[in-house]
Amino acid sequence: MAKYLAKRIFYLILTLFIVITVTFFLMKLLPGTPLTNQAKLSKSQIHLIYEQYGLNKPVWQQYLLYLAGAVKGDFGTSFQFSDQPVSYLISSRIGPSLQIGLQAMIIGVILGVIIGAFGAMKQNTWADTTTTVVSILGISIPSFVLAVLLQYYLGLKAGWFPIAEWGGFIYTVLPTLALGAQPLAESARFVRTEMVDVLSSDYIELAKAKGLNRTGVIYHHALRNSLIPLITIVGPLAVNIMTGSMVVENIFSIPGIGEQFVKSVLTNDYPTIMGLTIVYSFMLCVVLLITDILYGIVDPRIRLTGKAN
Amino acid sequence: MDNEKDILEVRNLQVNFKTYAGDVKAIRNVSFDLRKGETLAIVGESGSGKSVTTRTIMGLNARNADITSGTIMYKGEDLLKKTEKEMEGIRGQDIAEIFQDPMTSLDPTMKIGRQIAEPLMVHKGMKKEKALAQALEMMKLVGITDAENRINDYPHQFSGGMRQRIVIAIALINYPEILIADEPTTALDVTIQAQILNLMKELQDKISTSIIFITHDLGVVAGMADRVAVMYAGKIVEYGTVDEIFYNPKHPYTWGLLSSMPTLDTGGDELPSIPGTPPDLLDPPTGDAFAARNAYALKIDTEQEPPFFKVSDTHYAATWLLHPDAPKVTPPDQIVARQKKYAEMQKDLVKQQRPSIPVEEEEEQQ
Repeated sequence: MAKYLAKRIFYLILTLFIVITVTFFLMKLLPGTPLTNQAKLSKSQIHLIYEQYGLNKPVWQQYLLYLAGAVKGDFGTSFQFSDQPVSYLISSRIGPSLQIGLQAMIIGVILGVIIGAFGAMKQNTWADTTTTVVSILGISIPSFVLAVLLQYYLGLKAGWFPIAEWGGFIYTVLPTLALGAQPLAESARFVRTEMVDVLSSDYIELAKAKGLNRTGVIYHHALRNSLIPLITIVGPLAVNIMTGSMVVENIFSIPGIGEQFVKSVLTNDYPTIMGLTIVYSFMLCVVLLITDILYGIVDPRIRLTGKAN
Repeated sequence: MDNEKDILEVRNLQVNFKTYAGDVKAIRNVSFDLRKGETLAIVGESGSGKSVTTRTIMGLNARNADITSGTIMYKGEDLLKKTEKEMEGIRGQDIAEIFQDPMTSLDPTMKIGRQIAEPLMVHKGMKKEKALAQALEMMKLVGITDAENRINDYPHQFSGGMRQRIVIAIALINYPEILIADEPTTALDVTIQAQILNLMKELQDKISTSIIFITHDLGVVAGMADRVAVMYAGKIVEYGTVDEIFYNPKHPYTWGLLSSMPTLDTGGDELPSIPGTPPDLLDPPTGDAFAARNAYALKIDTEQEPPFFKVSDTHYAATWLLHPDAPKVTPPDQIVARQKKYAEMQKDLVKQQRPSIPVEEEEEQQ
């Protein structure tokens, strides 16, 4: 297990290195410069600022310098908010993003499992059709469309929730719903398919032949076996939520890293873009690592340490 | 035919499956008895309705199954009239089943000890620890070596033969009155087959259960069964004791089955087979369903279904060839040889009871 973990962490670092490299050079291809109103600055002023941030050096030197800093945990200072280190910018903004993301993930997956399992148990009835329609809608409606609809109907018309801004749990409800729809729909569809499969398997037949009632069969045998594969889609769902959050945070004006990321790209705030990219990649890698380890724990067939041999 | 020794009496069972194309008549008027302590083999090719028969007994048919008529009497009560809840109490307690494929019939994510103990916890309300202790005893009984250490293993850590032993342990843990074995050795290789069959026989003696043994392998039947019922196209076409079916078969379908089974005497020639395929049960043919594949078919076979003709008190066959007016036919050579052997066996037995309807073939009339 320790050996496996070490290997996985090495791969994690390797992945981050590749992400940093690719992002760095792609970012340099972005049109424009970090200086917003270039026309108002004189040549010497521009030169001075470039000098200050090391932007006049060749790109490969900038890259090496950045790498050297990153290894030491120094991600530079934001261009946009002068004197604010990127690490501070991120750490002060990551809270709301994590909260909404986790809420969306947990609520989405739990509701998705319930809806999916229900659909599978009532296969080919109106209940099943309803769950299928719900999941198709959830998958096909983009989160930003849903966000605006929620704002309009639940926020403006019904007045149940604040339309935007940040300030306590009530403010998180609409963004969570907007972000959670996709994981809900995906996991409902996934669990339904898995469960239908499992319910027609021989061991379910044997469980029935043992005299277990329907609840016993579902609870002791069907559920566990259909939920294990769900772990595999947690990674992709996390990606979904991260990308969704960039748009949704902007719509709801949430002071999170998603909103910041969009702003930074628009203003060519190179250090912040790099910092956020690393944070996003790191979170994704960790989610994937956790799901892999979790998979081994819940599924005895792929347990990493075993007495099979 | 009502007999105190009968533990299960199936009468006039008819099961249809509703499909988009129409009703598939999977079981067409099947009746049989299972006596206490005996092994009844039901043989027939794929799709003849063997498994549907046992699924119906267990109450585990697919949702589109429609039982149109019949009774299944167990301990004076009709299983077909029981509610789902009552059937849950019977399954795994009075009637247990061993499935065909041990590779897929165990829950891959549950420890096998728990899987064996489950029927005890469900039916006897036993606590987990106590149930596991009994499960361990059962594991030893079915011959799982090092049972103490293996009780917490998962199915994938066992070989196919061992898994089938576990499935047997699950079925027998509550000492059921009836054990249904649905082709329990089909998925195993031949050496393991023999072990599993021996184990089943041994355990049958120990816990005195009655077995319904479903198979298409006549070789297995000979060693296992007391009585045999031959099924074809959703009907039983012949039934009798194992000797009667093997050495004095009367139905041309049984002849075909036996001839296509290689024996030690089978020479280098091509093994005979039954030509054609079973009829489409969406629209079963009038008359004898086997007529189209039957070299001995009479004209009446295509017009009217044959009733059961009595061969002996224990032996009945549904073929018009047994009718007094039917022309005498000579069965395939191999069957004639079998019948000769049977006649000699009969001669050795003192005062053998003679069949009451005088329609036997010459070989039998000594």
